[in-house]
Amino acid sequence: MSFITRGFSGRGRERDDRLPPGQTLVGDFPVLSAGPTPDIDTADWAFTIRTESGVDHTWTWDEFMALPIEDVTTDIHCVTHWSKLGTGWRGVALDTLFEGVDTDYGYTMAHSYGGYTTNVPLEDLLDGKAWVAFEFDGEPLDPEHGGPARLLVPHLYFWKSAKWVRGLTMMEEDEPGFWEQNGYHLRGDPWKEERYW
Amino acid sequence: MSADGIAAPPGASPLAAIRAVPRAGWHVATVAATHRETPNASRIELDVDGWPGNAAGQHLDVRLTAPDAYTATRSYSIASSGDSTRVVLAVDKLPDGEVSPFLVDDLRAGDQLEVHGPLGAFFVWRPAVESGDDRPVQLIAGGSGVVPLYAMAHAHADASDPTPFRLLYSVRTPRDVYFADEWRALAAASAPLQVDLVYTRQAPDDWPAPPGRITREALEAAVIPAAERPRVYVCGSTGFVERVADWLVGLGHAPGDIRTERYGGT
Ligand SMILES: Cc1cc2nc3c(=O)[nH]c(=O)nc-3n(C[C@H](O)[C@H](O)[C@H](O)COP(=O)(O)OP(=O)(O)OC[C@H]3O[C@@H](n4cnc5c(N)ncnc54)[C@H](O)[C@@H]3O)c2cc1C
Repeated sequence: MSFITRGFSGRGRERDDRLPPGQTLVGDFPVLSAGPTPDIDTADWAFTIRTESGVDHTWTWDEFMALPIEDVTTDIHCVTHWSKLGTGWRGVALDTLFEGVDTDYGYTMAHSYGGYTTNVPLEDLLDGKAWVAFEFDGEPLDPEHGGPARLLVPHLYFWKSAKWVRGLTMMEEDEPGFWEQNGYHLRGDPWKEERYW
Repeated sequence: MSADGIAAPPGASPLAAIRAVPRAGWHVATVAATHRETPNASRIELDVDGWPGNAAGQHLDVRLTAPDAYTATRSYSIASSGDSTRVVLAVDKLPDGEVSPFLVDDLRAGDQLEVHGPLGAFFVWRPAVESGDDRPVQLIAGGSGVVPLYAMAHAHADASDPTPFRLLYSVRTPRDVYFADEWRALAAASAPLQVDLVYTRQAPDDWPAPPGRITREALEAAVIPAAERPRVYVCGSTGFVERVADWLVGLGHAPGDIRTERYGGT
């Protein structure tokens, strides 16, 4: 790093190894989304995985809550440079949801209530890497933060953790979702600073 | 969209959006001038070597580096648009902030910093002649959230664009209005613009309404009605944007017509 801004010393002197490059620790939980917050009743909620053969695997809220539930403690990293460490979530692992799903495709598009989409390679969702989360810090997930349920893919920038998630469609090839079409990176690894195209 | 019942994202057009926007990159910026915009905010003019130009509403990332290589990066909306390599920001000082107090109080002409951009292809406005979209535009800002909306209103005036524009702008006191003189000039320009102010702490002496946070009723009275299908851009703190966007949906505006940019904070 060769570049110095005169007079700047910074305040966040403690470097934490858990912080990816370009990130700043926050204590609160900032909200970033592209439009109004949708209001979704769990009675109307369903989560669907749609495969290439047109088969839908759908869970209503009650069916979803009857699945094995996991507690997850993890760091999260937003593309707008904030990170939170050691956040606590409850949710259902994507491994559980994909147990009975037969697909040869390697990519998914996550769809949300409200119309948001984001693309995630299947391998970034499996092997204990991702959940559909419905609790944060022991409380039902706030609508602002994606409640009743959001995707949680903590090893990628947080725009991949689609709020108000309603399902995944399998894709043969990777295609950009909403923010990816609007300038964000196709994958979004915080450790590689894959922020923008 | 292949999946039934799963709607396309609001306003998302295919890859055209990516191509329409210049590729973002890191640039060295030299401070050309800074001056007080309000008692709590500064306007910062940067000369950015190699800046490819930007659309109205885009933002950039500012990176500051300390002598020991410590860096801090924050996003800032761009108050200017077009081809110029002179890029204008306006920054509000957060009392407990790391970057904004430095930018507002310490930065001076001749200083250098790094910027990455232009960024964002969604919270942007393009003239009707380019976009083929002549629906009226409602801008709604809280505090420093007016920055990208000012860029839009300015681009609208520069293009003598006939699209009706209306701005609803919530500020603490009359001294906290960003671009105060410019708003007067823009409202007098040929592109149609109406500016409505809401004062939350202290209003001018002859002001008809007492100061206070915007209400649903005040919002309804000061925005283009849902029946006219305006495109709405809302920008400010999270609390402000949440409240306003909820009310707009309640007033019949389609969620897909409402674009939001949240600056964090409550
Ligand atoms: C797209 C975008 C455009 C923006 N444009 C402008 C602008 O034009 N003018 C302007 O004054 N500000 C703008 N901001 C806000 C700006 O990026 C900084 O968050 C602000 O200047 C505070 O930085 P700081 O270092 O002074 O405070 P910090 O030291 O970062 O902390 C101040 C408080 O803000 C919280 N916080 C920190 N980072 C974020 C974040 N990324 N999102 C939400 N909350 C956070 C912290 O938890 C803390 O409570 C914009 C933000 C975004 C995302």
